Amino acid sequence: MTQAVKTLPLVEQFQYGLDAPICLTWELTYACNLSCVHCLSSSGRRDPRELSTGQCRAVIDELEAMQVFYVNIGGGEPTVRPDFWNLVEYATARHVGVKFSTNGVKITPEVARRLAASDYVDVQISLDGATAEVNDAVRGPGSYATALRAMANLAAAGFRGFKISVVVTRHNVGQLDEFKAIADRFGAQLRLTRLRPSGRGADVWDELHPTAAQQRQLYDWLVARGEQVLTGDSFFHLAAYGQALPGLNLCGAGRVVCLIDPVGDVYACPFAIHEAFLAGNVRGPGGFAAVWRDSELFARLRRPQAGGACQACSAYDSCRGGCMAAKFFTGLPLDGPDPECVKGHGERALSAAAGAPLPRPFGDHSRRSRPVPVSIGARPPAGPGPHSPGRRPPDRACDENPLADFRPGPGG
Amino acid sequence: MSTETLPRAEFDLDRPWQLHPQVSVRPERFGALLYHFGTRRLSFLKSPALLTVVSSLGDAPSAREACRLAGVTEAELPAYAAALGTLASSQMIRPRELA
Repeated sequence: MTQAVKTLPLVEQFQYGLDAPICLTWELTYACNLSCVHCLSSSGRRDPRELSTGQCRAVIDELEAMQVFYVNIGGGEPTVRPDFWNLVEYATARHVGVKFSTNGVKITPEVARRLAASDYVDVQISLDGATAEVNDAVRGPGSYATALRAMANLAAAGFRGFKISVVVTRHNVGQLDEFKAIADRFGAQLRLTRLRPSGRGADVWDELHPTAAQQRQLYDWLVARGEQVLTGDSFFHLAAYGQALPGLNLCGAGRVVCLIDPVGDVYACPFAIHEAFLAGNVRGPGGFAAVWRDSELFARLRRPQAGGACQACSAYDSCRGGCMAAKFFTGLPLDGPDPECVKGHGERALSAAAGAPLPRPFGDHSRRSRPVPVSIGARPPAGPGPHSPGRRPPDRACDENPLADFRPGPGG
Repeated sequence: MSTETLPRAEFDLDRPWQLHPQVSVRPERFGALLYHFGTRRLSFLKSPALLTVVSSLGDAPSAREACRLAGVTEAELPAYAAALGTLASSQMIRPRELA
């Protein structure tokens, strides 16, 4: 592209934040029929303070006014809300597109036909193993069959290109080709995302996050697939291996994306449900728009960030120090390396920070008698526990970015 | 991997074009964000002038005329044609049949 149309690189424009998010994640309920061991939002039981139908509609009205293109709806299991389909219709009628994540429990043939008929709805089925054995160990008994049935119903209804969303773990990273084959079989698109030590994920991260060798294998596989496989930018810490993966490669937290939780709390990103990342509540004066525009936390995230200990590293321009949430919940300083730093700095930092307490989970909605996490592989020896960074708000970017599908366009 | 490296058909400046009806445009300080609800793709316009061109495509007899009305000079025209070509290849804009 020539200089005639070129201005600041887009990433720089986005770094300082936009007047409205491009898209956002909205978790509609903490209620869930499953108890996945790595649930980001520690879901299970409904929270009595969850937004009412009317309050949800008011949020949608704001999103329409702010011209937010679409919302990524999740939970919990959003489809168990009795008003879920009603809210989807309300949003799409106002040209706020909906992509919702589900374990498939409510995707009957009839629902699948209705979904296939709408241009404004996209569906993402969660699957964390290409076989029932691997999937159900993480997501619970029967969840593989439920997900596959939902996919079959969507495919039969003619819904092309729905997403199959996989959280990459130590146990399923060897199944990438099989996941791709499942997606191809149903005319769906595969989406791989990073296991985060957030929510209940903090309890299983040590034993489930990919090993260093597996990260390399994942990176090579993704580079070879290019844009055929979506990642929501979530592996951009792997860019330190060399070539960047497709995507924006920018932490969008509080700049172009955020999270609204079921009680209306607004967080910087879906992986950071903790008061250190809480910007406000949609029920406050001025609603969601006021939180987005005036939150002090978001203002800080939109300021230029310092690289800290990572700044001297040759890979810093590629990985930008990795993920804020991953660092926070493993007890690492936010201006240091990512716990999964491909240069090995994360492992060293975790060892150095051994023993101190981790940030406590915030707003746990797990069912009280939840199943014991089942691990397929051998549990590693008890590792060193890193120290707590305390309540310090984030002072630098993270690599989370739910802007899946983003394509640089004219002028780039 | 990048759309910039793909071979692109020459953009026809002399025919009428229009924004795809499933595309939403959100003006921004740097230009605009575009979202296509059919392909579920995001794109962007990196200058307010390009936004003016794209917004007026539907009413102009040709893309060349839309560019001229937006103040695009002859020297700048190839860059705009390339940008519009990218938008056409991602279905953000499409040819318009004359009534």
